[in-house]
Amino acid sequence: MFDLDLWREIFQSINKNRTRSVLSGFTVAFAILLFAILFGIANGLQNTFKEAFGTDANNSIVIFPGMTTKAHKGLQAGRLIRFKNEDHDFIMDEFGDKVQYMTSKVNRNVTASFKGEKNNYQLRAVHPEYMFIENNVVCEGRYVNQNDLNHKTKVAVIGKVVNDELFAKENAIGKYVSLNGISFKVVGIFTDDEGDNEERVIYVPLTTAQLLYGNTDFIDFMHLTYSPEMNSDAALAFGADITKKLKDRFSVARSDQRAIMVQNFAQGTKQVEIMTFGLTVIIFVIGIGTLIAGVVGVSNIMIFIVKERTKEIGIRKALGASPKSIVSIILLESILITTIAGYFGLLLGIGVLEWVGPGLEKYSIKDPGVSSSLIFGATLALIIAGAIAGYFPAKKASNIKPIVALRND
Amino acid sequence: MLKIHQLHKSYPIGDSSLHVLKGIDLNVEDGEMVAIMGSSGSGKSTLLNIIGMLDEADSGDYILDGLPIKNLTEKKAALYRNKFLGFIFQSFNLINYKNALENVALPLYYQGMKRKERQEKAMFHLEKVGLADWAHHLPKELSGGQNQRVAIARALAANPKLLLADEPTGALDSTTSYDIMAFIQQLNDEGKTILMVTHEEDIANMCKRIVKLRDGVIMEDKKIKQVRAQQHV
Repeated sequence: MFDLDLWREIFQSINKNRTRSVLSGFTVAFAILLFAILFGIANGLQNTFKEAFGTDANNSIVIFPGMTTKAHKGLQAGRLIRFKNEDHDFIMDEFGDKVQYMTSKVNRNVTASFKGEKNNYQLRAVHPEYMFIENNVVCEGRYVNQNDLNHKTKVAVIGKVVNDELFAKENAIGKYVSLNGISFKVVGIFTDDEGDNEERVIYVPLTTAQLLYGNTDFIDFMHLTYSPEMNSDAALAFGADITKKLKDRFSVARSDQRAIMVQNFAQGTKQVEIMTFGLTVIIFVIGIGTLIAGVVGVSNIMIFIVKERTKEIGIRKALGASPKSIVSIILLESILITTIAGYFGLLLGIGVLEWVGPGLEKYSIKDPGVSSSLIFGATLALIIAGAIAGYFPAKKASNIKPIVALRND
Repeated sequence: MLKIHQLHKSYPIGDSSLHVLKGIDLNVEDGEMVAIMGSSGSGKSTLLNIIGMLDEADSGDYILDGLPIKNLTEKKAALYRNKFLGFIFQSFNLINYKNALENVALPLYYQGMKRKERQEKAMFHLEKVGLADWAHHLPKELSGGQNQRVAIARALAANPKLLLADEPTGALDSTTSYDIMAFIQQLNDEGKTILMVTHEEDIANMCKRIVKLRDGVIMEDKKIKQVRAQQHV
């Protein structure tokens, strides 16, 4: 039931005791302000952190062949390991359900020329899936596809930098570019948000490269991404599993570190996860700490207010105020002040973040901000905690014998 | 109006306890004006506080207007105080951030009276104590005598059966004291029952009956011929 008279009493009390009200409001507003700013900055740090890892698939596993360093099963040390297409198929057969995308790669450095323009670039002979692993974006034409692989077509997909350097004057699509003297038809142009180096690259179908460079089925290394549902621990186990299976396949000692090298990004992902977790814990501790400080502040104020109003409470009780009405008048006043001040602190905090946020990027804090639901929750927590903290002194005050309260001069 | 029988009260002091009231018997009829006298420590204030339901007796009976006052809950005590009793204190005990009118209206607020009605009623009582022009002044802007009159108006506002005054003139100079006493006598003339604690002989003589307390028992209880305060003003 809305009791207009009660609220009138409360507003009068707030209004006539302005210093007290402003001071207690200040504590709450300050707590929420600090909460918002600290949380915002922590979020900004996290944003920077996330961004630093780019858009490369970070669930990658890269498998390189090497040279054995230990004799095993009658085979000598110093034996060179080379992967073939069948090894790619072997992994797909064994672990297909855990693999998201997989490609084999042959890397060469080539001299590309077109109408007198000439430059050196990296050639990567790949499967079509590579596009997703590398997060390439085709801006014109198309990427290498399965049909290219099947027919060993001589097509090339060139990076934006290659396009700018060789085809400055005309559209590259459909033109023939010479790669180490062999003509390839340009079918697509791609961009990569990791920058120029990744755009100084020419992609061709794997099978074509194998045919042209020695008619072999050798591959330089394999690159796969594991299913994104896997957590970093499962992914690490998956990487270890692949290593083990491949070592057995090539009759390599399990303890031989150099024969087959597996670079598992999950290692990094795990570290990122640990750091993110650490950051979250810090944020959490800061947030809880700030809130506790706010709650303690509110309780202190409540105790002080009750102390200060003891005589008034005595008078009111002598005039016929019930304990309930004493509790409600004190509690509602504090809740009202806390709510208004909390809201004020919230607006102030968001405002400060908006204002200084863009200038903080150079301190690796990007887009500092807090969700308003979080701040709302914090304010609500403060109000509830403040009300609970205030309830006990208010309850105690309401039970003071009026004669004791009145003696309190 | 008021019947008290074998009232005892003691206060704990450290490990021992101080026996303040040692069996008080007192009857007060409607329309009486009683002064309770005694030196400090005689238990006179304690007695008044128990009568005012601001404090509770350890044992004994207290019947107010036919209602036994015993083992009251806080809520019930608040209700009875509001309905039956009006308080006048030595230090006025007005709420300092409320103006005269709001102070007088406060007991009416706790009766649940509508705002407009209680303001009218409060104004009526302020007029009665001659402070209508000061209705919107805060206590700190009023003199001691004026503050006490606001307090009297407040005590009267709820139309109580019994008016309790604890040294009502204790903080006032003698001229103002007589002024206040004259007013209280006038209330008594109109039929209000008044119980007053004082240690001043001249103030006590302005009542109709004097009850003298010493060491927690009633030493003397006599009706006197009232001295009219008006003669001194």
